[in-house]
Amino acid sequence: MNVAPQVPPDGPAGERRPVVEAVHVTKRFGSTLALSDAGIVVRPGETHALVGRNGAGKSTLVGVLTGLLAPDDGAVAFDGRPAPPLGDRDAWRRRVACVYQKSTIIPTLTVAENLFLHRHARGRDGLIRWSRLRREAERTLAEWSVEVDVRQPASTLSVEQRQFVEIARALSFGARFIILDEPTAQLDGAGINRLFTRIRDLRAQGVTFLFISHHLQEIYDICDQVTVFRDARHILTSPVAELSRPALVAAMTGEDVTLPRADHRPVPADAPVLLSVRDLVTASGAELTLAARSGEVVGIAGGGGSGKVEAAEAIVGLTRPVGGTVTVRGRTLRPGSVPDALDAGVGLVPQDRHREGLVPALSIAENVTMTVPGRVTRHGLISPARRDTLARRTIADLAVKAAGPHVPVAELSGGNQQKVVLGRALASDPTVLVLITPTAGVDVRSKQTLLGAVAEVRRRGATVLVVSDELDDLRICDRVLVMFQGRVVGELAHGWSDNDLVAAMEGVDLHHV
Amino acid sequence: MSETLSAASPPSAAPPAPPPPSPRSLALARLRDLALVPAIVAVAIVGWIVSPVFLSSDNIINVLQSMSEIAIVVLAETIVLIAGKMDLSLESTFGLAPGVAAWLTVDPALTRGLGLDLLPGAWAVPVVLLVGALVGAFNGLLIVRFGLNGFIVTLGMLIVLRGLLTGISGGQTFFALPESMTYLGSTSWLGVPASIWVSLLLFAAGIVVLGFTRAGRALYAIGGNTDAARAAGIRTDRVLWIALVVAGVLAALAGLLISGRLAAVPSAQGDGAIFQVFAAAVIGGVSLNGGKGSVFGAFTGVLLLFMIINVLTLAGVPAQWTNFLNGAVILVALVVSRITGGRAQT
Repeated sequence: MNVAPQVPPDGPAGERRPVVEAVHVTKRFGSTLALSDAGIVVRPGETHALVGRNGAGKSTLVGVLTGLLAPDDGAVAFDGRPAPPLGDRDAWRRRVACVYQKSTIIPTLTVAENLFLHRHARGRDGLIRWSRLRREAERTLAEWSVEVDVRQPASTLSVEQRQFVEIARALSFGARFIILDEPTAQLDGAGINRLFTRIRDLRAQGVTFLFISHHLQEIYDICDQVTVFRDARHILTSPVAELSRPALVAAMTGEDVTLPRADHRPVPADAPVLLSVRDLVTASGAELTLAARSGEVVGIAGGGGSGKVEAAEAIVGLTRPVGGTVTVRGRTLRPGSVPDALDAGVGLVPQDRHREGLVPALSIAENVTMTVPGRVTRHGLISPARRDTLARRTIADLAVKAAGPHVPVAELSGGNQQKVVLGRALASDPTVLVLITPTAGVDVRSKQTLLGAVAEVRRRGATVLVVSDELDDLRICDRVLVMFQGRVVGELAHGWSDNDLVAAMEGVDLHHV
Repeated sequence: MSETLSAASPPSAAPPAPPPPSPRSLALARLRDLALVPAIVAVAIVGWIVSPVFLSSDNIINVLQSMSEIAIVVLAETIVLIAGKMDLSLESTFGLAPGVAAWLTVDPALTRGLGLDLLPGAWAVPVVLLVGALVGAFNGLLIVRFGLNGFIVTLGMLIVLRGLLTGISGGQTFFALPESMTYLGSTSWLGVPASIWVSLLLFAAGIVVLGFTRAGRALYAIGGNTDAARAAGIRTDRVLWIALVVAGVLAALAGLLISGRLAAVPSAQGDGAIFQVFAAAVIGGVSLNGGKGSVFGAFTGVLLLFMIINVLTLAGVPAQWTNFLNGAVILVALVVSRITGGRAQT
């Protein structure tokens, strides 16, 4: 394999100077080699994908390209000219901007102020002119067709609006090269479509994107070129159209990986019903009725606003439903009570692992056993030995990459954190396992492990509910209920086609048009 | 299509965006500054019913003067809180700064051996402000440069500085202060005590600086999201450092005012005041998590607190119950501001 991108491939932009060119970049953090003689060339007007598993060096490269990290070795050039000195933030921001997964918006300030932070419109007396600032903010957003009230506090923005505001802010600095760091990780299907529409519009206007994503499909949807990093090195750069999916995955992992393709056995008709949800109505108005048997994996699909997450949270007691009952193995759960649901044998992987799934400063062992204090106590006191044993089993079963059970989960990569969340749900040997967007923001290999673990749970005879709009997650299901605007609008048996499911999630019926 | 500013033209069609938040929440956010005004009016009415004296100009000046020194400390704490930090040591600076000035200028012959008489009296005021700045700078060294937790650092500083004042004063009260130290706290301008003018002017300046200058907005940005502020080109460390120094100087100035008013510096000056300062700031809508609140809000917080205390005094509540009532007032004021502000204080 070619190691460095000295010979740039022929992009669609032909002979023009690259927007950004990084060569021979090496960066060390202590003993860790984060980038090793790596590089990238992005040509004007293209949308360039940067892919690699967690830890491949993508984030470090972004840090170097945006001037937040100084490379130990190597050079970065914009439009053929050497990059400005690191201290000159304004010069960097005129060349490149990055929309991070982690917001760089200040939630307590208004949208307008966020757009013009530290470059507020000022009068001759040096004081800020708020009305002028608001007008300028409105004009900036209107120019890029972002429809947001600039007077609202930024904390009220949705993830999608926040990204658009950040993109508009970057463009208002004059940057025409924008790095999107996993922009789709927190968006639903419709939001992703809107984002892609916007990316295409902006590209037509000469904006260049570097697009980082774990979702390979998105790369084929939106990108022209793809660069793969692995183990801190540049592996390859190629036009997307010339690289097959297996080849791309192989480049990322260094080996062939296939997602569990459901060794599908139908659920016996006489298997007992473990989970039954009757006439559930959530506070947001979503309605759900379902019955799931032992050994059955049921998917609940739907876009944002379909009510799928609200319904799932009502099932596990995270929120209190307005009406309806949830029965687990014949026992009716107290509405809105997580302890009661846990007691009845419900395990949960919540939607947002950072908010509801983990306590980052605590160790793997403490996180995994959080829901099952009863199983790690001896004479009423927590026994560290029992706790560590249980945690070691999780680490082994789910292939968590960590030095041991005492590592704080904050130090793990996203994929491994999600494994810990799943481990916590599995620690109680649940009768019913509810997974909400279980593979969001997780790399391909971890995804494989996570979905493989689900297959194991179903083999033990538990019922699994997979709530997601991610096709890979839903493929392991025996059947998929599709929700749209708070109602179940369809049910697809195993073996559905991608088109059918996506269309159903968007509220379109392909067969009755 | 509308006119464009840059070479690129706007995209032709906007994808449908999610619905905007309700206008009601926006209106609430903008009215937040005025959240305590109804409560202040209500207390004024109650006070007037309790005793018609309450609304007399003498009593209003009395309330404003009694709060003027603490109010300046509240202003100092507000600046630090908005930047996302805490400074507990302000109450000790409040006592120590005039204490050191008195120590250096007072003639021991007049005060039974207290003081050194090293400097002429004219130096007292610069010394007060310098001590405040040095304390702030040292806090900044520990919090900003060494990255220590602000709460613990300033708690340690609170105890150290209090001990320092007790040490240099031998636990006694400095008196026979030079005239330069007593002037501001005891004089009147246009029939109103100078300390009221000073505190009102400082609050006015605070409103302008925090609301209308880039430096002031930088405090909000840092308190709201330090990384984002740094990414926006704000020198976060420098701004924090300056905020801590300014807070120290303001607390020292407040101490100077009260020393001038009492013509003395007791070794316990400011002892325990920090709780009232925090309470006033939080009641006024300043968030302990940083990034939220306003100088005007903080002012209404102090005003509400001291008006309630004044009403209780006018109602003839015995002095033994003062502490109990002060605490109760803080809790009640929090509840009142929660109800009128419509949102939980954090």
